[in-house]
Amino acid sequence: MAIATRKGNFGVQKTRKKRNMAVLRPNRSRSGDVFIWFMLAVFGFFFAFPLIFAINNAFKPLNELFLFPPRLFVINPTLNNLQDLFIIMSRSWVTFSRYVFNTVFITAAGTIGHLLVASMGAYAVSKYEFPGSKFFFNLVIITLMFSGFVTAIPNFLVLAGLGWIDTYWAVIIPHFAFPMGFFLMKQFIDTVPQSLIESAKIDGAKEWLIYSRIVLPLIKPAMLTGMIFSVQALWNNPQANLIYTEQLKTLPFALSQIVGSPHTPNIARAGVGAAVTLVMMVVPITLFIVAQSNILKTMANSGIKE
Amino acid sequence: MASVTATAPASTPFSRYLAKKKVQRAYTWNEMKKHKTLYLFLAPYAILFTVFVVAPVGVSIFFSFTYFNVLEPPRFIGFQNYLNLFLADDVFLIAIRNTLILALITGPVGYIFAFLFAWFINELPRYLRAFVTLVFYAPTIAGAAFLIWSLIFSGDAFGYLNAFLMQFGIINEPVLWLSNPQFMMPVIIVVVLWMSLGAGFLAFIAGLSTIDESLYEAGLMDGVKNRWQELWFITLPNMQGMLMFGAVMAIMASFAVGEVTQGLAGFPSTDYAVHTVVNHLVDYGAIRFEMGYASAIATILFLAMIYTKSLVGKFIMKIGR
Repeated sequence: MAIATRKGNFGVQKTRKKRNMAVLRPNRSRSGDVFIWFMLAVFGFFFAFPLIFAINNAFKPLNELFLFPPRLFVINPTLNNLQDLFIIMSRSWVTFSRYVFNTVFITAAGTIGHLLVASMGAYAVSKYEFPGSKFFFNLVIITLMFSGFVTAIPNFLVLAGLGWIDTYWAVIIPHFAFPMGFFLMKQFIDTVPQSLIESAKIDGAKEWLIYSRIVLPLIKPAMLTGMIFSVQALWNNPQANLIYTEQLKTLPFALSQIVGSPHTPNIARAGVGAAVTLVMMVVPITLFIVAQSNILKTMANSGIKE
Repeated sequence: MASVTATAPASTPFSRYLAKKKVQRAYTWNEMKKHKTLYLFLAPYAILFTVFVVAPVGVSIFFSFTYFNVLEPPRFIGFQNYLNLFLADDVFLIAIRNTLILALITGPVGYIFAFLFAWFINELPRYLRAFVTLVFYAPTIAGAAFLIWSLIFSGDAFGYLNAFLMQFGIINEPVLWLSNPQFMMPVIIVVVLWMSLGAGFLAFIAGLSTIDESLYEAGLMDGVKNRWQELWFITLPNMQGMLMFGAVMAIMASFAVGEVTQGLAGFPSTDYAVHTVVNHLVDYGAIRFEMGYASAIATILFLAMIYTKSLVGKFIMKIGR
């Protein structure tokens, strides 16, 4: 198809290739370069240090965790902490695999549903102007600013009314309406050329066909980005106020039970706590590394016009 | 105008207005019928969005004028909740003060940091750039990993910072970083800044790489002397959309600080030294079940965010002019 050859040819500009800035921009001072490198080094250390510390802690044996003065890097790395974590979890009343399943299921179902529902809506709002479309999109922009706290109380009442409290749906279905994903997808679909859609129409394609065969394959970067943000939101959220049954609870909640809070720290499990921190941050960070270039492609269209 | 009224005496301004409305309405209705498939496309999202995002805000505003404890039906009490908040609730005033301090410092500083880092990173070689992006963004996505700071700022001699300072003889005894009101706020500010570069940071990086190269070349011709002039006259005006998006993200992050204070300083924190509006909201909503009162807090937070956004929006539109 003619469309296939044009794929990837639109809107988003390619990231700049590596080249010598000094030649290209003669207005750069050497002292400015030094200043920038210095700032990046200092703040890079500030940003990286706690996470390096967290990763190292997960591999420290107990005697190193309470060493005075404490050391950043591990001397004798051990897998005991991770092992202990799995032992504790396998002995728990609800098995570890159940918590993992709950989290993965909620994250996957919420994300897939969100991507489908939001991309359909975003397509309609982006490519057509119909009564209410502009208004709706402006509403979505405003709600980007809402934190869950503002809507938590009425949401609970609605979910209770629907009888969804204490089921997976209480977490999954409201997440379909996640505004960030809708916003980014709409902005990205804006860059799909109108002519592609019109030519498909002339060939007799109906809306559904245009959406599923032309638009969807073209917005993969935005889908991937929506996926990352959605997974982040679901993966880290303990959802403790919506699900009570132990068998339905998620991994972050279960893990937070092991570690104890910072003010009632479980000293004997300090090592396991460090392992928990590592386990929880591995998934979102890995996903980000894999999808980084796609995310940046999508964010290139994130501008809001006032 | 005069001739129109003369030829059609029945046509008063009001009837003309009605006729115009009628035509408009018919047009709108036709447009809607023409696009009915599109409404089907939008419907699933629109319905869920209305039920779970828009309606709750409306309901929340309604509850804020009632006394509601979940067990009994809500009872209308007018502005009583708001009066109580501002006149009778000392802790709320502390929470407002703390939230404002946090928002006024972490919001702008985090926002400017996010932009500066993105700008610094922009000229790095490609793979180094990807790596540095990860270093700066990882804290934002690492979720509960911020709890590692509780080890760093731990109040005993094993706390990383205490041990470090004691080793170099700067302090003689451990400092209670997370329970001495003197130190709590600065500590929280540091942690919030650490984890709040956010989606705005990514938008800035992406935005910088899409600015047309020819604009910079034209700038050189026009005599742009250094990178700071280039930043102010070319770069910033060309990414106002990104700046606005970043601002929205920063406002959300800085006004909604609550999890961090609860996680690091406990709940309630010593002397309410880092008690924020969100902590207060959670206190009344999830612990005391005074939903009407909690809704009033949520409404105030919401209005503060909207107002800040419009202020910031006006400022951003002036950049580079």
